[in-house]
Amino acid sequence: MNKLKVFVVLCLISTFAYAGGYRVSTQSNTQLAMGHTGVAVVNNADILFFNPAGIVHLENKLNISAGGFGVFSDVKYQNQEFGTTFETESKTSTPVYLYATYKVSEDFAVGLGIYTPYGSNVTWPTDWSGSHLVNEIDLSAIFIQPTLSYQLFDSVSIGGGPILAIGAVTFNRNASRTLTDEEGNRSNIEIEDSGITAWGWSAGLMFTPDDRFTLGFNYRSLIDINSTEGTATFSNFPNSSLTPDNGESGFTATLPLPAEITIGMSYKWDKLLLAFDYNRTLWSEYNSLDLEFSNGASSINPRNYKDASTWRLGAQYEFTEKLTVRGGYYFDESPVQSGFFAPETPRNDSNNYTFGLSYKVNSKLSIDTSFLFVQFKEINESYDFFSDTGATTTAPFAGTYKSSAFIGGLGITYSM
Amino acid sequence: MKNLNIKFIALFIAGAAIVGCDDEFDNAIVDGGVYTSGEADFSKYVTVGNSLTAGFADGALYLDGQLNSYPNIIAGQMQFAGGGEFNQPLVNDNAGGLLAGGVQIVPNRFVLASDGMGTPAGPVVLDATPTTDITNKVTGPLNNFGVPGARVFHLAAPGYGALAGVATGTANPYYARFSSSESSTVIADAAAANGTFFTLWIGNNDILGYATSGGVGVDNNELNNVNPATQGSNSITNSNLFAGVYQQLVAGLTANGAKGALVNIPDVTSIPFFTTVPFAPLSPASPTFGPQIPTLNATFAGLNQAFAFLGVPERSITFSQTAASAVVINDESLTDLSVQLTQVLIGGGLDAATATLFGQQFGQARQANATDLLTFTSQTVIGELNATRFAQLTGAGLDAATAGQLSINGVTFPLEDQWVLIQDEQDRITAAQTAYNATIEALAAANGLAYVDVRTELSTVATTGVSYNGGVLTSTYASGGAFSLDGVHPTARGYAFTANAIIDAINAQYSSTLPKVDIGAYGSIQLSDSAQ
Repeated sequence: MNKLKVFVVLCLISTFAYAGGYRVSTQSNTQLAMGHTGVAVVNNADILFFNPAGIVHLENKLNISAGGFGVFSDVKYQNQEFGTTFETESKTSTPVYLYATYKVSEDFAVGLGIYTPYGSNVTWPTDWSGSHLVNEIDLSAIFIQPTLSYQLFDSVSIGGGPILAIGAVTFNRNASRTLTDEEGNRSNIEIEDSGITAWGWSAGLMFTPDDRFTLGFNYRSLIDINSTEGTATFSNFPNSSLTPDNGESGFTATLPLPAEITIGMSYKWDKLLLAFDYNRTLWSEYNSLDLEFSNGASSINPRNYKDASTWRLGAQYEFTEKLTVRGGYYFDESPVQSGFFAPETPRNDSNNYTFGLSYKVNSKLSIDTSFLFVQFKEINESYDFFSDTGATTTAPFAGTYKSSAFIGGLGITYSM
Repeated sequence: MKNLNIKFIALFIAGAAIVGCDDEFDNAIVDGGVYTSGEADFSKYVTVGNSLTAGFADGALYLDGQLNSYPNIIAGQMQFAGGGEFNQPLVNDNAGGLLAGGVQIVPNRFVLASDGMGTPAGPVVLDATPTTDITNKVTGPLNNFGVPGARVFHLAAPGYGALAGVATGTANPYYARFSSSESSTVIADAAAANGTFFTLWIGNNDILGYATSGGVGVDNNELNNVNPATQGSNSITNSNLFAGVYQQLVAGLTANGAKGALVNIPDVTSIPFFTTVPFAPLSPASPTFGPQIPTLNATFAGLNQAFAFLGVPERSITFSQTAASAVVINDESLTDLSVQLTQVLIGGGLDAATATLFGQQFGQARQANATDLLTFTSQTVIGELNATRFAQLTGAGLDAATAGQLSINGVTFPLEDQWVLIQDEQDRITAAQTAYNATIEALAAANGLAYVDVRTELSTVATTGVSYNGGVLTSTYASGGAFSLDGVHPTARGYAFTANAIIDAINAQYSSTLPKVDIGAYGSIQLSDSAQ
């Protein structure tokens, strides 16, 4: 028996939520521990995010789940031709979630979810060699999703709800590779906006032909974050009519939070549950980041993202009445295409290993932990679409990148 | 059972930690070992030279210029292969001016002004308050012994850094800031720094002063003058004197066995100071010059007949109505025909007074041609009234209107020697430059030092341009990227290009693998409408 348990544990590690672009897959501790699978896993109220059709399957009347994560990520850059090396400042971001569901009747449930599926926080050393592309970026979005779920047939449930997204962005970069004021300070533009609201929706379907097998499907719509009321601050420009004036200006920009399709299944086998999810994120929506400033300046930044897939595997095993162990793996394909590798979201394909534990304090309360190690291969890439003002040739920004990320999370689930 | 759980948890964490711990590059630069010093030892780099070594740009020595000096750039790359710290005699600010006892003795740097409506205008002196006073001596160890204005023999001249000599012109204000004593020499101070590696780039000013002054000084080669004390200003340094002093400099720097690189002297035609103002700048579209053309041609017709009669029709002066015309210059290499010209003009019916005036004014005159190099500064006088000549003429009794008509620089009053480098003058410069470069190359070979052919590199910039990541580096004034607003000294980008050329030569000579720099990351000219 012990040998079997050792085998299971090692398998969980060797097989195994961060995703490409600025998507951050940290919407549940129990599910992150299983490779962030969940479209067909009814563990707790977290199913509201993964598949709104699932909340009607929760056994208890009231289910509450809340948690948070510490995201520790780091990107290193070097260019061997020139000997330049830079590393992002280690900043910890803390995505959180809260889900509550209530079973109105045997075949109808309602719920509310609050979660933070998008975010990016990358801070390079100020005036580093890629500072004309980005010094610092901080994106965040909070999603609020009221949800209804209905058992349509014995084996089919549906669910869905609108999503209110509230976004905020800070983006700082230098005006060009070399422009400075008379004192040699690099000319800089920072944009800032917060409280940007937009609407979207989520809908799901769950098929449960028997007690063991579950099939799930979920679609979350595109949400365009349109920034129109933010502030752009121009600083350290020289006193010259050839450059923009220092001071504040308005700006407009649109950042798409792309649609996501998930299909997955789970199979329960006594104390062991295995899950598989496939995500397709429609990143091709993100063509270009275009900033139009009200002082007449503009900044066009081609992105040309492609749709990207994520393959997720997860397992959970009830070791004892009180202790459940989970593990997972997922392969996360980057939406960034070669030649468009901008250091603001320097992501390449990654292998992701997750695990976690749940400890049942009593029949109502459980404490959940999860850990995620993201493994990126180092990659030689470039961003080829920048050119200095007035230049007729582009100035590709190339180098070798190595990203790493570790996420640890803690949450509770409560049901009665 | 509980114990067992803890064991499994431990196994989990250990396994996951192994999986998750990989966040370093396979070949991380920060770990060292990526770049090597080969047979060289870069632990202490010392550099000697003139304004180019100091990081002088835009007509001044200012802080950002020094931080982007080619030695500082090279020292930064040497740090990847055992290089140590590199100290420069940094000035306080980005104004560029120098003070002596609180009084400004050197002007501020140039910036590029606009017309206020989004179009570039031209260079202006930056409005800023300089705070660097040469009486405040730089203390602490130094690696950069670049002294703006220094000629080869200055580096071995005792007292060149004497504060007391700055006002009288016997000493150099830049060296006075950091000289080790009132009687020290630059080369002795540099040798005392005891570097393990050095670069030496000297000799530019030994021809450049002559060149930028339009060749008004003497050629000490023609005079066979090898006395360093009497070379004079705006002159060409005697090539034998150059060779003798240069050998001393190399001996001083290699006395401790140090390795290094010697940099040769670029062509004056590589710099925008001599390539910006065309020989034919007089446009018929000019609202001041254009309408005058018929009158001018009528006036010069009589003179041209006289030139033809004297057998020198090539000296004829005509201005085109459709294309830009060459300026009229005074070519001191021509036979002076003042007397003959006066006689012929009188014979042609002109009154004696006017004929004498014309004879004087056009005795060595001709229109410029493609071989003549007009100085950058000539653009400020061409087409303008020459006040000195105007005063002479009115003093001689001419009415103001006629005197004014005959005193237009480059049109009716031939451009003086100081604005034009004629072929003879260029030949003297080239002869000296060739001799200097032969000396430098021979001494590099004799001492096993790297020889940096910056002459060829900068010539390529000037003729075809050099592509880099994001642009093409050319020597076009202001927009070319390579040269600063004084038209002589490189920009930070130009210095970075130079640093790369030197790094290439060092790597080739010593089998080192110093990385080059991305010259697109270095700035060129500074925009500003804050003019003095």
